[in-house]
Amino acid sequence: MDVRYINPFVNSICNTFETMCGLKVTVGKPELKTGDKPLTDVSSVIGLSGDAAGSVVLHFSFDTASKIATAFAGTKITPEHPDFADAVGELANMVAGGAKSKFEDLSISISLPNVIVGRNHNVSASKSVPRLVIPCTTDAGTFHAEVGMVLVSKTSKGIGQVSTAGANA
Amino acid sequence: MKILLVDDSRTIRNIQKNVLKQLDINNVLEAEDGVQALAIFQEQVPDLLLVDWNMPNMDGITLVRKIREINKTVPMIMCTTEAEKSRVLEAVKAGVNNYIVKPFTVESLREKISQTMTKAGTAAS
Repeated sequence: MDVRYINPFVNSICNTFETMCGLKVTVGKPELKTGDKPLTDVSSVIGLSGDAAGSVVLHFSFDTASKIATAFAGTKITPEHPDFADAVGELANMVAGGAKSKFEDLSISISLPNVIVGRNHNVSASKSVPRLVIPCTTDAGTFHAEVGMVLVSKTSKGIGQVSTAGANA
Repeated sequence: MKILLVDDSRTIRNIQKNVLKQLDINNVLEAEDGVQALAIFQEQVPDLLLVDWNMPNMDGITLVRKIREINKTVPMIMCTTEAEKSRVLEAVKAGVNNYIVKPFTVESLREKISQTMTKAGTAAS
């Protein structure tokens, strides 16, 4: 596992949830995503483009997403609340943005967040950009982060050829 | 004291509004992208803007440049996940007066707003 790619995301997850939600995150061992696991209720997806391609996905159960969104917004947010998707999406945006800033030698853009809500769904990973699944535990419940990142720039200084965060796990 | 919050996330705007309340600032305008913000700005010039970078329709850096073409002095704070030095420099060059990176603490946001208002010669309350 090449920590150059994953550690910025892990650090950004911890920083985002602690700063914005007051939640300390305990991160488990990342594993390569295989098949359709994890099944989840709420997914927030951010695309990466530019010198790197890939995605960052945060997966929550309805219960955990509600508790985390409530801690973030400072007001009760249930899945029916009009700001539910907005709050969950913004957290993923901060995670991706915080990680991206650690790759100073790469020019990476992040997409606006897309949030998928529906019981027991899966967000498939592209074969060309495998994703690592990172289990995260907080007092509000457990969630998973998935990160896949492939360098596509021929000129990325000192990194050189195309390589994949997930495939090196 | 009138402040324009520009962010496509209503959750973030609500957090910002709560901080402004703590500073006794209750006259708050809101826009969810640069296009809306520019229209509001031209109708009722605010005393300060808090601007996100990544937004649909018109992003924050474009908004800052457009506002600086028509107003050289209104204070603007960029509040964004874009934390790279190159991005901060780009924003300063475009005309922002201060910069805060998301995720932010309530205290740091309050401090940046107060700092910016003081430098601009406008009391925060």
